[in-house]
Amino acid sequence: MVKADLIRAIELRLNLSHDEATAQVEGVLNLIKDSLTGGDSVLISGFGQWKVREKKARVGRNPKTKEEYEISPRTVVTFYPSNVWRQEIADHFQSNARG
Amino acid sequence: MNKSQLIEKLAIRTHQTNKVAEQAVNIVFDNVKQALNSGDKVEIRGFGSFLLKKYGAYTGRNPKTGEKVQVPEKMLPFFRAGKDLRKKVDD
Repeated sequence: MVKADLIRAIELRLNLSHDEATAQVEGVLNLIKDSLTGGDSVLISGFGQWKVREKKARVGRNPKTKEEYEISPRTVVTFYPSNVWRQEIADHFQSNARG
Repeated sequence: MNKSQLIEKLAIRTHQTNKVAEQAVNIVFDNVKQALNSGDKVEIRGFGSFLLKKYGAYTGRNPKTGEKVQVPEKMLPFFRAGKDLRKKVDD
């Protein structure tokens, strides 16, 4: 699934023009991005949470040359799926395994 | 930011009612969920991608009692930030 599929879904379900539906999808993505860029986490209940984490510098090793080098400290985004969603997936795959 | 704040901001930014913005937000997250639940993956350029990742079974311990527990193999949604998002957050 790609962005165009989300736009199409909104177009059909909400009876919006293509441009209006595009604005909705871009708006959601950009607002999440802006929040994270500003260091604020994003919590969507039932879906999950994006958190902004600071990572310290650490030593890395080039697996080919075995050479050591420092991985610089950085700020990263981590997504934690909600318990509701985890359970949905667990149930889904269990019932599949049982046939 | 939580979901209701996102909806409010979206309505203002796109000049739509809160109701339209709420439905749009729900459709986006429901569709991402459904795609993954049915084994598909989601790729949104500049933002990131969602996929199901398999985590192997392992023997864990109850930290309170020290008792051994078998944790079965499981599938979990995994998000990988896209280039643009990764860059902007790290700046």
